[in-house]
Amino acid sequence: MNTTLLLVQVLNGLQFGILLFLVAAGLTLVFGVMDFINLAHGVQYMIGAYLGATLAALTGSFWLGLLLALPAALLFGLLLELLVFRHLYERDHLSQVLATFGVILFLNQGVKAVFGAAPLQMPVPEALSGGVRIMEGLLYPAYRLAILAAGLATAALLWVLVERTRVGMLVRAGASNAPMLSALGVDVRRLFMAVFGFGAMLAGFAGVMAAPILSVEPGMGDNLLILAFVVIVIGGIGSIRGAFIAALIVGLVETIGRSMMPDLMRLFLDASAARQTGAALASMLVYIVMAAILAFRPAGLFPVRT
Amino acid sequence: MTWRDAALPAGVFVALALAPFLGFGQSHSLTLLARAMIFAMAAISLMLLVGGAGLVSLGHAAMLGIGAYAVVVLDHARITEAWMVLPAGVGAAALFALATGAIAIRTSGVHFIMITLAFGQMAFFTASSLALYGGDDGYTLYGRTEIFGARLLEDRLAFHFACLFCLVAAWALVRVLLASRFGRVLRAARENETRVRALGLEPYPYRLAAYVIAGAIGGLAGVLLANATEFVAPAYLAWQRSGDLLFMVILGGLAGPHGALLGALAFVLVEEWLATLTEHWRLIFGPLLILCVLFLRGGIAGLLGRG
Repeated sequence: MNTTLLLVQVLNGLQFGILLFLVAAGLTLVFGVMDFINLAHGVQYMIGAYLGATLAALTGSFWLGLLLALPAALLFGLLLELLVFRHLYERDHLSQVLATFGVILFLNQGVKAVFGAAPLQMPVPEALSGGVRIMEGLLYPAYRLAILAAGLATAALLWVLVERTRVGMLVRAGASNAPMLSALGVDVRRLFMAVFGFGAMLAGFAGVMAAPILSVEPGMGDNLLILAFVVIVIGGIGSIRGAFIAALIVGLVETIGRSMMPDLMRLFLDASAARQTGAALASMLVYIVMAAILAFRPAGLFPVRT
Repeated sequence: MTWRDAALPAGVFVALALAPFLGFGQSHSLTLLARAMIFAMAAISLMLLVGGAGLVSLGHAAMLGIGAYAVVVLDHARITEAWMVLPAGVGAAALFALATGAIAIRTSGVHFIMITLAFGQMAFFTASSLALYGGDDGYTLYGRTEIFGARLLEDRLAFHFACLFCLVAAWALVRVLLASRFGRVLRAARENETRVRALGLEPYPYRLAAYVIAGAIGGLAGVLLANATEFVAPAYLAWQRSGDLLFMVILGGLAGPHGALLGALAFVLVEEWLATLTEHWRLIFGPLLILCVLFLRGGIAGLLGRG
């Protein structure tokens, strides 16, 4: 493996990590503030992708599609909160896992019924369709760089929101001790609705951005959701900073592992066995990292609650 | 312990035993019933963890999968004798439970859910990498397991009663375990770990033992599942399958192993019924699940228990 290839994989890994972070950020806040496990957060990502692809096709413009998809994703998230999630806050984790699992079943099948099982296409916007020459012999797609930039900008914005504003302070307070915050006269329910809607919008944003480079299909959020859970558990539940670092770790481990493991295995095995074993090991790598981190730091890298 | 606790499951078992003679004797119905009984076994083993020890595992499908893959590995080597296959399937699942449980039980709450999920995913990806056994595409068995060389299980009725026998045995084992001193320690540690420690009992070995026993029963269910379908694929180990199992347990109610029994039977039968109605049966099944969680707090067992 040469440096060019490694650089490409690092960029791909960072970009995947950023997408993961956008999904995990909402998840970790909802989990942290309300102690609510939302398995249906992955479908928000899927819904975002579908909304983006549909609206872009209707308006004929990627940018209009993106612009319209964000409020639509927000509204959709709030609707789900109103219809289902609101009734689950007082319940135990088990009930939350199951009810949100029901939401996944319904929405996955719902998009299949409406849009069909075949993947949807969303074109890359004209302005970003070219490549950027990063170094000699390395032309990297401009759109993927744009995802990286947009994701980093969103992460920075989120950091300012959470660390430097009053609402952010309330959110942090809610994550470390929600009953105390409520006792101090803050309407935690309303705070939570805001956090929830915002998280849904972030996941939707990740979905729209991923739509042109990944296939938009039913169930696309399921695997990402599991990785997002891995991210928030590694990072420490309720911690945005932890989610950011863990998302980059998971993105890099997943992407680089996937490209290097088969080559590594070839040192011990014949070519076809190396490909199979390598792919399996690469998929497992993230979970091995998580199990190792949890075995030594059961509350994650940046625990919020003490 | 009320009479209802024993009467309800006894009634279900008698109904299952009589079903083939009351108009459910066609091969399609028997396949469906076998499937329902096998998942009921798996759900009962998971109930020991969730209801007994308070350990919510989201990786229980791995136990089934490992049992099923033990059948595959032996089948590939042309070994189909039950006295080899059964201990191999049960033992492999129990060993996996011992190794992963030893680490997972050190955590609790949400972290336990996530770490069991992680181990389940590892098993899933391992299964899909087994090129020798079909990889992602799965593996079709040469034949069902034989008993002393006799192909008894080829007969659907015989297989039906083999599943029923295992189901009753699993239910009785979990019921006895939960009522024993062992079960009382598990439940006490679930309610208040500090007090249990103060009494001089260390919960860890009890929980680990429960995890291994649940894994072994899950492995047995996996052996039967492989025999029922004569086909094994990595999808058996997918995390969604673990979610299904967990749902069966909650749907039935956590009052005892009969809850998991009822939940699993209801789940499999309703799923099958809805699938015959419409291709998009999940559109009905999903909301049904949510409604059950919101309004059916004691589960089906709780509903029936109230009378």
